[in-house]
Amino acid sequence: MVIKEQIKDAIFQVMQDINQQLPENKALIISLDTVLYGTNGKLDSLGLVNLILATEEEIEERFDTLISIADERAMSQLNSPFKTVGTLVDYIDELLKDSEDG
Amino acid sequence: MAKDKVMMITGTSKGIGRYLAEYYAGEGFKVMGCSRSDVDFEFDNYSHYCLDVSDERKVKEMFADVRKKYKSLDVLINNAGIASMNHALLTPLSTINKVLNTNVIGTFLFCREAAKLMQKNNYGRIVNFATVATPLKLEGEAIYAASKAAIVSLTEILARELAEMGITVNAVGPAPVKTDLIRSVPKQKLDSLLNRQAIRRFSEFNDISNVIDFLIRPESDFITGQVIYLGGV
Repeated sequence: MVIKEQIKDAIFQVMQDINQQLPENKALIISLDTVLYGTNGKLDSLGLVNLILATEEEIEERFDTLISIADERAMSQLNSPFKTVGTLVDYIDELLKDSEDG
Repeated sequence: MAKDKVMMITGTSKGIGRYLAEYYAGEGFKVMGCSRSDVDFEFDNYSHYCLDVSDERKVKEMFADVRKKYKSLDVLINNAGIASMNHALLTPLSTINKVLNTNVIGTFLFCREAAKLMQKNNYGRIVNFATVATPLKLEGEAIYAASKAAIVSLTEILARELAEMGITVNAVGPAPVKTDLIRSVPKQKLDSLLNRQAIRRFSEFNDISNVIDFLIRPESDFITGQVIYLGGV
């Protein structure tokens, strides 16, 4: 759970950084329930790309490990890990566990 | 003009890559190069990484290092490439894999990782390497020409995908250059190839850097998705 908290903090940091570049009415709500992409999503496709890249970088720096968030599993999962901030936290948690095992 | 600009060049141990590393380091770029083997030269402004361009983990490690050191990347020159000159019926699978891994996968991985860095500054110049063997449909170079045809497609599509990030993606397609790549090609075959060019001579290294100079200029921000062939092909 400690790791999940750290992942959540990393993503929240990224969202805050992104918000600084967005007009106020487009700002992301810093919450696990925030819908990122799809119907009701706050981000367009390029916005999602930016969020994923910045998150990869933040995780790499905080955990000193290289990860690819957009791997085949992410693209093929029925319930996309990019749907909400919470699903993204769970997905990165899995990736980090896999990289420890591997 | 180039002072403090950061450039990455793949395949710098010899040939065109080595020339480009020396040329652009001399122009004031901070140049990072890579090749499978270590290099026997040192230039000011040049640092080297030993890796296989198709090894995703190593490539990502290199970019993570660049990100820590420089925070940004201005120019990527995807020069690393290997050729196979053989009749299709005599081309082993291992050769096909090697050519596709280095030329296609290597180029793609470097474009992808470079664009991640470049988009932070909303600025970037990527130059890939095509070849006249593709438009000339050279017999004996099926896999090499096909791998470079893939690079033309990558160049054209990445140009569109990366345009809104301020990144241009173009390619230079040299005519034969006197490097190791064509060492084993018979003279007669090279002569007949040169005869199909409008200007019938080999490419020189500076013919290539001349095109790259043009493509990477900040003023060339309206030029993307283009392949410039040398020699009038």
